[in-house]
Amino acid sequence: MTRAQEFLESNLRNPNAVAYFLMAAGALFFPAIIQFATGGNGDYLVGLAADGGIYILMAIGLNVVVGFAGLLDLGYAAFFAIGSYTYALVASNHMGVTPLGHSLHVPFWIALFIGMFVAAAAGALLGAPTLRLRGDYLAIVTLGFGEIVPRVFRNAGIWTGGVPGISALDVPSLPGWFVGPWVGQDFGWVPDFRFTSANLTAYYVLMVVLIFFVVILVNNLHGSRLGRAWMAVREDETAAAASGVNTVTIKLLAFSIGAATSGFAGAFYGAKLSYVSSENFGFIVSVTVLAMVVLGGMGNIPGAMLGGIVLYFILFWLLPNAPLQMQGLASSLGLDWLNHSNPNGWPGIAEVVSRSKYVIFGLILVGIMLLRPQGLLPSQIRKQELRHEEHEALAAPRQLQA
Amino acid sequence: MVQRFRGSLISTPIATLVNLVGLAIVAVALVATVQKVATAPGGATYFFQTMGFGLALGAIFALVALGYTMVYGIIELINFAHGDVFTLGAFISAAILPIFGLTEGRTFGIGLILPLIGVFLVTMLACALINVGIERVAYRPLRHAPRLAPLITAIGMSALLEGVMNVWRGPFTLHYPDLLPETQIPLGGDVTIGAKQVTVIVIAVVLMVALTVFVNRSTLGKAMRATAQDRDAAQLMGIDINRTISATFFIGAALAGAGGIIYGLYYNSFSAFDGFTYGLYAFTAAVFGGIGNIPGAALGGILIGVIYAISDGYFTVSWTQVLVFGILIFVLVFRPTGLLGMRVPEK
Repeated sequence: MTRAQEFLESNLRNPNAVAYFLMAAGALFFPAIIQFATGGNGDYLVGLAADGGIYILMAIGLNVVVGFAGLLDLGYAAFFAIGSYTYALVASNHMGVTPLGHSLHVPFWIALFIGMFVAAAAGALLGAPTLRLRGDYLAIVTLGFGEIVPRVFRNAGIWTGGVPGISALDVPSLPGWFVGPWVGQDFGWVPDFRFTSANLTAYYVLMVVLIFFVVILVNNLHGSRLGRAWMAVREDETAAAASGVNTVTIKLLAFSIGAATSGFAGAFYGAKLSYVSSENFGFIVSVTVLAMVVLGGMGNIPGAMLGGIVLYFILFWLLPNAPLQMQGLASSLGLDWLNHSNPNGWPGIAEVVSRSKYVIFGLILVGIMLLRPQGLLPSQIRKQELRHEEHEALAAPRQLQA
Repeated sequence: MVQRFRGSLISTPIATLVNLVGLAIVAVALVATVQKVATAPGGATYFFQTMGFGLALGAIFALVALGYTMVYGIIELINFAHGDVFTLGAFISAAILPIFGLTEGRTFGIGLILPLIGVFLVTMLACALINVGIERVAYRPLRHAPRLAPLITAIGMSALLEGVMNVWRGPFTLHYPDLLPETQIPLGGDVTIGAKQVTVIVIAVVLMVALTVFVNRSTLGKAMRATAQDRDAAQLMGIDINRTISATFFIGAALAGAGGIIYGLYYNSFSAFDGFTYGLYAFTAAVFGGIGNIPGAALGGILIGVIYAISDGYFTVSWTQVLVFGILIFVLVFRPTGLLGMRVPEK
């Protein structure tokens, strides 16, 4: 009893443990709560949450690059695209259309890892010549890479399906799956199960399980010798090199591991949508994921996840739904005239709210950063480091005037 | 403190080899381009048309790149909102053109030039004040925060500006009044250059010369250069850092606003989301020329414009963007300091 109490007390003071617990509980009960709240019509929302899992995976991966190793990557979506397209090529009929003339249907779980390794290799290829560059220059190289990759996929014609992209990819499958009342069926075991849009709950469960394993993996990396080397490089590259850390290899590993996570998420994304198109991998994706990481708290895995959840909720649920909500609100307040466009240039309240979604998004980003520049759930180690720096700064005369 | 030099690659034998490889690639690319240009149909007429297009586009890139490079030089921030300040210039000027009595169909002359100067001044002032406000609200409070925090607010401000323009005029491609003469100025033989392009280039060059004189000769310009070199030392010398940084944002945005007007006048169309792409190109131009370097940004802008035009005119349009960003990566791998950048010790 006392041991349990101790365990509880020590963890209650640790915001990370609380965050992990709340997220795990939330993930576990989310489908049930949603189905209950919507009276059984929550499939769409569960699917939306599962799609959010892809962003959370990417945020965890980018956190390795930006948060642990301190390398700013502005082209993270490129690896996402590479993962998706790799999956599309090895798991659809498309290869039959290309000059190779022979389509590949690699099983889902193997194709997922092929996408991951190809993305990691692309990360290593890009990183090898450029990781010697100073921080900001690396950011610019990755920005350029992120702009190039989707355009290459768009322009590569028959190889990547051009502008329309590649469709009818193989969907994820498992040898079997439990069904039950939670998807409106009797208890049962379905052999050769396929994840389609008809069973979004299963897809959601798969997503949660994948995130669970990735979090464990990345957490172990963080605590390992490699993780400490990353932190050393982030804080002071020269000192790390002098202490025997091979900085280039370490940075390359961070970059590749980040790329691998993104490629993994990309392959899964392609499989889920059963479709890839170069339009889905623009700079905006990279920026969104980066904003998730910074917003949540750089260098802290639950922080990045929390940032991912918050931003995904705002971007993909709150803002798309706001116009209709406002329309309903205007009607219920008796201000129906607001809903109709008039010749004076008023396009109707729904249209106005829909147009101002960028304003809202911008205000949220700026507001959160101004209120909590260290992120929603900052890394404890980093916090201590920053505080340490502050003390030093106060002692130094140069900061007194600032 | 140990200082590492970014350019230290250059001294090792492997780096010499790398540099040679880079030079070889550049040489091959140049030869291929010259060969393509020389044998393409259209001859000199087409070539000069393409160059005119490229120079005008390059002038716009250069005006925007100057703001990126100045801001980066002074506070090491990639100001993502800068591209949207550029679009804002087009929006504001389009709104005030009728107030100055400028409508389509006016003949080119003093009656058009004087009000146009007024439009330029008002728009540049408005953009500059907005950008100073952005710095005050979104970047200054975060000057001692983790380095990525202001980058995120910059992205937020970019979204905010795009959103404001979107609410203002809607997500449409809008028509910008066609005020400049369409005539072609003969340059001998069949070769001509558009009067529009000449006007655009002249305006940009005047602004860039004014900026260079300002930064090199005025006290405030000197303060800017000092702050960029060493903020703390500049502060100890009695320079008001906040005022200097505000002035940098002011001037950068004034140039971007002017770029926005030129963009509208030249292409006769604009939309709320143009700025982001143009911002990326301009940023590429700033890096190409050597970020933090003012003549470098101008040179980079013009070169990117010309490369853009040649790629569009002689090669495939759909690969132009890949080419421009490919050049960006190429430059950073082989010459990280850009064309005119110098080796500087890392801060």
